[in-house]
This record gives sequence, C-alpha cells and structure tokens, in this order.
Amino acid sequence: MPANTLSNEQTVAGVFDAEAIREEFPILERRVHGRPLVYLDNAATTQKPLPVLRAEDSYYRTLNSNVHRGVHRLSEEATEAYEASRESVRRYLNAASTQEIVFVRGTTEAINLVAATFGRTHLAPGDVVLISGLEHHSNIVPWQMVCAERGATLSVIPIDDRGQLRMDEFGRLLTDRVKIVAVNHVSNALGTVNPVREIVAKAHARSIPVLLDGAQALPHGPVDVRELECDFYAFSGHKVFGPTGIGVLYGRSALLGSLPPYQGGGDMIRSVTFEKTVYNDLPYRFEAGTPNIAGSIGLGAALDYLWKLDWPGIRAHERDLLSYATEQISTVPGIRLIGTAEEKVGVLSFVLQDVHPHDIGTILDQEGIAIRTGHHCAQPVMIRFGIPATARASFAFYNTKAEVDALVEGVRRVREVMGV
Amino acid sequence: MRDDLRSLYQEIILDHNKNPRNFRVLEGADRVVEAYNPLCGDHYTIYLSLEQGVIREITFQGSGCAISKSSASVMSTMLKGKTRQEAEEWFRRFHHLVTEGLGADEDPESYGKLAAFSGVNEFPARVKCAILAWHTMKSALQDPAASTISTE
Ligand SMILES: Cc1ncc(COP(=O)(O)O)c(C=O)c1O
Repeated sequence: MPANTLSNEQTVAGVFDAEAIREEFPILERRVHGRPLVYLDNAATTQKPLPVLRAEDSYYRTLNSNVHRGVHRLSEEATEAYEASRESVRRYLNAASTQEIVFVRGTTEAINLVAATFGRTHLAPGDVVLISGLEHHSNIVPWQMVCAERGATLSVIPIDDRGQLRMDEFGRLLTDRVKIVAVNHVSNALGTVNPVREIVAKAHARSIPVLLDGAQALPHGPVDVRELECDFYAFSGHKVFGPTGIGVLYGRSALLGSLPPYQGGGDMIRSVTFEKTVYNDLPYRFEAGTPNIAGSIGLGAALDYLWKLDWPGIRAHERDLLSYATEQISTVPGIRLIGTAEEKVGVLSFVLQDVHPHDIGTILDQEGIAIRTGHHCAQPVMIRFGIPATARASFAFYNTKAEVDALVEGVRRVREVMGV
Repeated sequence: MRDDLRSLYQEIILDHNKNPRNFRVLEGADRVVEAYNPLCGDHYTIYLSLEQGVIREITFQGSGCAISKSSASVMSTMLKGKTRQEAEEWFRRFHHLVTEGLGADEDPESYGKLAAFSGVNEFPARVKCAILAWHTMKSALQDPAASTISTE
C-alpha cells in the first residue's frame, strides 16, 4: 500500500509463516460440523492467541483485586498491571502520553463518549457533524442522537461505485459549520482504507477536529496517531486479538482535557462533597467505576504480542491473500464483489446472483467455514449498492491460501445446493 | 452433498424460492402487514383479504433468503380459503414443526407441503426465517391495526 497509513515500510519484508502462527491460536484447531474450522469472520471478531488467554487467567489466579484503591499488595500489583497495559496501548498507537489513553468497553462506547461530551459542549443549532457513507452504525447513531439534542445536522461524505470516499464531495461538505469530522480508518463492510491523512489535513486547515474509528485498522498493524494527527482514535480489544468488553479512546490531551466528564462515579473524582465535586486528572476523569481490569490486561497482552510480529511480512502476506482470494472468487460464475477500492484490507464482500447471503452463510457453515452475512451494521452502505445484504469473508494474518481455496470451493457448492 | 443441507434445501423450497406463488400486491386488501427481520434484512409485505372469517386471498411481496421466501409462498398456497381458526391451527403446527422437528410418531404426510420445512429445526439460526411470514399472517388476522412485525 503506497504511502499508506497502515504501513510501516522501513523494514524489508521477511516471509511470514501463517501456518506456524496458527499454533498460538488454540481455537483454530477446532472442528465444526466434522470439518476443520475455516474462520473468515475476523472483521466481526478475531481469535485470541495464548499470551492473551494466559494473561487473563493469570490475573485472576494471582493478582485479582481492585485498582487505584487498595494499600495492600494485590491492589498495588493489579494497578501496576492495569497501568502497564495502558502503556502497551500508548506504544501501539504511538500516543504522546498514557494520559491520552482512556479504557472503555469498545469502539461503540468510545464514540459515544466523544459524541456526548464533545457534542454537548461544541454543537449549537445549525452546526454540522460530518461522517461518511461507509460508517458502522456505531459511528452514525451516537452522532444522530447528539445532533437531535443540539439542533445540529448530520452530513455524509458519499462513496463511489468502488466503495471509496468521494474526496471531491468531502471538500465541498467541509464548511465552517462543521464542528467535527468522524470517519472510519478502514471500512468494516467493504474493507476500504480511507485517505485519513488527507481528511485530517483538510479538516485541520479549518481547525475542525477529527475522530477516526480505527476498529478495522489496528488488526492490520500498529498506527501512529501523532503522524496521522487525528484528535480522537477509537478501537475495540476483541478485534485486535484481545478480549471482548474492553476498548480504547485515544484523545489528544489538549482536547480531551477540555471535555466535561462522561459518566459520574468512583475513580473519576478527586474529591466529593455534597456541595462540589472536583474531577480527577486525565485519563481517570473518563473512567468512572471499577474498570474491566482483566480485559485491560488481556488487551495489553494482545498488543504486546502484536507489537513483536513482523508487520512488513504480515502486510505482504495479507496483500497476497487478498489478491489471491479476489482472483479465485471471481472465477465463480455469478459472483459480484461489493467494494473494490484501490486500497483495501482483507475483506471480500460479495453477492451471488439472486442467492440470499443468509443461504450462502448456512451452506458454508456446513463446510466448517465461518463468514458473516447481513448488512454488517452498515445499512447505508447496503442501500448505496442497492442490495439488502452481502456475504463477507474477512481475513486475519493467520488465514492461509488453503482456507481461501476452501471458501471458493464452498461458494461453488452453494451454487450446486441452490440450483443456480 | 451433505444430508443436512439436502434436508434443509428440499426441492419444494428451492422451487418456491425461484418461482414464488401469489407473489404480488393485492389491490383492495383488508390487511397489509410488513414482515421484517433486521438481522438478515428479510423484508416482506403480506396482503390478506377476508370475508366472514375466511381468507379469500393471501399474497406477498418482498425479498429475503430462500427459507423465508419459500415459507411465505407455501403458506400463501395453503391458507387460501381457510378460516381464521384453521389458519391459526396451521400456524401452531408449523411453529411446532420448525422448532421441534418431526416427532417420531408423526406422519410427515399430515403436514402436506409444510413437511418440506421439517429440516429447519436442525438449523436454529434459520427458524426465524421460516416463521417470519407466518407470524406476520397471524398478527394480520388478529389485529386489524398491525403494521410491522419484526422478529427482533
Ligand atoms: C468500523 C467499526 N466501527 C465500530 C465497530 C463497533 O465495535 P464494537 O461493537 O466492538 O463496539 C465495529 C465493529 O463491528 C466496526 O467494524
């Protein structure tokens, strides 16, 4: 990917061994309906490597206690482990400080946090929130809610027939009424990698902050938020080979520090009297209540694991897998690929003549092949392409060409079963 | 091909999916109810015309998977001319068939064309697809004001 925000081209790519890495993901040995599992639903959630499983297990076996509260030994150790995970996140994003790393439940909560706190303080009647036609519902609905509350409007960057943002339209829509731009870094429904550097540069030229939904970008390698210069970056632990129920909001400290609290409760305060509460510093001001300690530690383990991988090698492997899959599936009669952007991660969204994706999903499942079917929480994308749903195969670095072959064979079987 | 799949996608189902019967808007219908499964996007409109408690016409329009579409189609062919009570009794039997499967002591013939759906209970994720049109028909019969039936 040339000059791409997901790549890190300094190092020469080695040959990445997907077969070897599979051994670290125990679930990949499972069988489904008597066949070896072919897990191609990585955009929905990714599988977990042993270090993540061990980290959560060991936390509960040896450290379990509440964080930031106890004077006792366990609490100190748990707090240290929790804060070490924050540092692992900071490193993976190259954020300036751990103060900028807020633990939340996932991408959805991260975006809701920004929509509620930024929206409440920065949106006035007539203002505009600019999103894109590629967004996941979690980057649409929170903005709709706050716009309705504040009398602001939602404006949408359209997409072209290949599933890429219309950057000419972006330029036109970026007026001074726009108070924030919120777009995904990588689209979950189609796999499009968006030109986020250009988006940030153009928005910043008008002093408009930008939130990037990175849920589908980080599984394909570390990003550098300082290089991207984005103001907010949101992601989910479970999509980066970590646990569910944990995610992160990165916020540039100057902006994050200017926002009011999101939820009230324990830990987010410095002192409370019935007359007045003094809020805690960043990032704790946004972490009310006992956090998901085990989840954070699992996420830290996942990012530490990813950090050590050979990313140039993985990128070459993932590119190779995508082009092989695109080529192979295109040989099946009646296949139409939805989303053929110039820059894509390993996502194949497709329809097969008039066979409904739900039927495709059931038939592939009988072959042990897990894909997602439906609208992928991105109904506006489906509407744009005039289809109710797609079948989506999404790849992670542990997927192999043999699995692509199984998918393509499975899709041929769908034709046979459905009599098309 | 694997037996489970053959039992799910039986000939009758494939046929009704390809050539759905009574697949049209019914002008002057007494009841018009939408059926929607937000999870997979199945979306149908079911039209009923009733006369003295008897279903005179039943038609449908829309799109969705083979199971939901063939189920709506087969239902439409079975219920024309049936009384409300008969239609509700068929609903009850169909519901039993797709959730519990064919009982050991049950004669598949007694289900008529509905027997084609006896494989659905092996596919829990597809039960909703099979039952969608039936639920919609039932609420259309029971509630003149019903407008949208969603499976979620
Ligand atoms: C691009 C994108 N944004 C947001 C989300 C929501 O993530 P979560 O459900 O983990 O909060 C997803 C997950 O499907 C996604 O793919």
